[in-house]
Amino acid sequence: MIAKYALRFVSLGYLAVLLVAPIGFVFWQTFEHGVGPAWDTVATPDALHALKVTLILTAIAVPANTIFGVLCALAIVRHRYPGAGIVNAVVDLPLALSPVVVGLALLVLYGRGGWLGGHGIVFALPGMVLATIFVSLPFVVREVVPVLREIGTEQEQVAATLGASAFQTFRRVTWPAIRWATLYGVVLTTARALGEFGAVSVVSGRLAGQTESLTLYVQDRYQSFDNTGAYAAAVLLALLALATLLLMTRLKPNEGVQ
Amino acid sequence: MLLPLAALGWKAHGWGAISTPQATAALKLTLELSLVVALVNAVAGTAIAWTLVRDRFVGQGFVNALVDLPFALPTIVAGLTLLALYGPKSPVGINAAFTRWGLLLALLFVTLPFVVRTVQPVLFELDREMEDAAASLGASRFTTFLRIVLPSILPAVLSGVALAFARAVGEFGAVVLISGNLPFKTEVVAVYVFGRLESGDSGGAAAASVVILSISFGVLLAIGALRRWVTRHDR
Amino acid sequence: MIAARGIVKRFGDFTALDGVSVDVPTGSLTALLGPSGSGKSTLLRVIAGLEQPDEGKVSLDGEDATRLPPQSRGVGFVFQHYAAFKHMTVWDNVAFGLTIRRRPSREIKQRVTELLELVQLVGLAKRYPAQLSGGQRQRMGLARALAVDPKVLLLDEPFGALDARVRKELRVWLRRLHDETHTTTVIVTHDQEEAMDVADRVVVMNAGRIEQAAPPRELYDHPANEFVMSFVGPVNRLGDTFIRPHDVELLLEPNGSTQEAMVQRLVHLGFEVRVELVRDDGETLSAQLNREQVEALELQGGQIVYVRPTRQTVFSD
Repeated sequence: MIAKYALRFVSLGYLAVLLVAPIGFVFWQTFEHGVGPAWDTVATPDALHALKVTLILTAIAVPANTIFGVLCALAIVRHRYPGAGIVNAVVDLPLALSPVVVGLALLVLYGRGGWLGGHGIVFALPGMVLATIFVSLPFVVREVVPVLREIGTEQEQVAATLGASAFQTFRRVTWPAIRWATLYGVVLTTARALGEFGAVSVVSGRLAGQTESLTLYVQDRYQSFDNTGAYAAAVLLALLALATLLLMTRLKPNEGVQ
Repeated sequence: MLLPLAALGWKAHGWGAISTPQATAALKLTLELSLVVALVNAVAGTAIAWTLVRDRFVGQGFVNALVDLPFALPTIVAGLTLLALYGPKSPVGINAAFTRWGLLLALLFVTLPFVVRTVQPVLFELDREMEDAAASLGASRFTTFLRIVLPSILPAVLSGVALAFARAVGEFGAVVLISGNLPFKTEVVAVYVFGRLESGDSGGAAAASVVILSISFGVLLAIGALRRWVTRHDR
Repeated sequence: MIAARGIVKRFGDFTALDGVSVDVPTGSLTALLGPSGSGKSTLLRVIAGLEQPDEGKVSLDGEDATRLPPQSRGVGFVFQHYAAFKHMTVWDNVAFGLTIRRRPSREIKQRVTELLELVQLVGLAKRYPAQLSGGQRQRMGLARALAVDPKVLLLDEPFGALDARVRKELRVWLRRLHDETHTTTVIVTHDQEEAMDVADRVVVMNAGRIEQAAPPRELYDHPANEFVMSFVGPVNRLGDTFIRPHDVELLLEPNGSTQEAMVQRLVHLGFEVRVELVRDDGETLSAQLNREQVEALELQGGQIVYVRPTRQTVFSD
């Protein structure tokens, strides 16, 4: 049974070298001198502003995508209209596109020479919001659609025959069934929104203190040779990511591990 | 939502831009790397999925959660951590910055979950009786894996590979720091596009974007067709 | 010949086999019969090497096979849910055992063609399992197992997933096949009719133990205990006494040794009729008569008749 141990060693080794070691190292470096100094590095006005920007972007994108996501999922699964397949494919689009391309497209559209341009959308917060919404769009839809498909329409039909209105049916029958899938989708959306880099980089113009998200701040610090500052901000983001990961693990539909 | 993309297509003039040597180099590099990354993931991802489904050890749940980390972690952070450990100030003496190995590392990082997550459920649901049947007919464990298990999980592996490829082709945040973005050497298309934008050449940027999108779309179609061929016995 | 001695197998807290010993004579067709959870499938898998026993020994043709992997035991195994190799054609499925042994392609071609004729799947060789019916898939499974000339053929509820008529057909067909090839065969089933129909010897199992091992006739006529008697055929239980329905005699007049009973219901099952009765002491009883007997007695619901067991069994502990 050497094969079993060899495989285990190779798989775990791969994960260790690629994932665990680098992240562990950065954490160690940041907190080497304690939490205090690390926090000081992060508590600069620029950094805090960047954090604020990131949080605002997330706070807008996530609820928007959640509501849109659930409605879209319902539309795709429950209503048979010819465009449903196309809508499904379009929703998946942000997953296949490079974030830079997304940013570029928005820039072209809403920028100075573009079709909807010149209203202070790009190089400002609204543009970044749009970019964040775009890239984090698919997740809620993708998680909810299979669940909706699986539970089928029978329960909803029963509710209708018993006299429930569309809203009541949704609240009492549909929602409890998709609740956890939606929540999982929300967590994925949040993670994506917090971590978005490429699209907002293109769209924002990266003016420190104004249109810089925390991810952009990390790059800025590194390129200014302020490694400590970069690492500290990165760790902050990593901690947010780990929190998200924890939620993901808890909420995940459980399949595939003994 | 579709509007921005249409605008992009419209703006993509400056086709001359895409035939510059720099652009071509970036395209070539990106496609090569993404293909390599897809293949490595096919093997590594399957191995990891197998370890999670068929093996049993302490901390397995932790490892399972770990696989999702690249999904949750911002790409710029991923790039930074790799740079810290395998870059100029590396404590283990490996400096992959400004090299293609660095790019490879970063791309492997962000594409890790894709094949694992598509293969895992399929492996989990796999009918063990087929493997018992093969054993009773005299097949060694290796033969059984090769002739029975592998063909059964191949569609899932291909799906994961397609996702990994698409992701690798477009990756920006993770590679932008570690690669140094040396034109002709370590510049991927996403970075090239960004560079064109910074220089004000949005037409060139758009053109390059359209090209890479078309190529990767073509590759995805090819993988999809392959997947359908492999599952032809199900219809 | 297969010999199992003292086989114990546990799954966590659950003991599937509790010290089971059984002999399967060479060339016979033996059935392992019992309800779900009796351990019969587990025993079969232990014989095949697909499970390792916690205690006990298995020997095949006199040699200890307990630690041998299934690949080396020379057993053919047929699964309840076919275990078809979905991504291979029928031909490739049947040829599998020969292909991995690297037999010359001429030999493979000949053998597979032979087997496909035997199981009557000749025209379907290029199809995939998904395109076959359940019965066809199982015939393929049999052909596949037979392809490598196993010394022993093991079938785990092979017809369980098929509907009643196909099951009966395949049963007959299996028996005929065995009569031709004389391969030592063990079949697991929970269907007593199937076991009695097809097997030379039936091993009745319950809760991880063997209750009785005997030819079908003996099992029916001389059951070792209550469980066996109730399992192999319908039975009336009146206190400690067991009476087979066809051993219940119905008369129109009392004769001193009869008891009075009322006909509650007549169930016409083709040629046989099941007469459900209730005795004057409140006990319910069912008798099995044929159509002519029922007509001769002019039986009807509500009628009073007189019943007497022509044969009854009591088990002493």
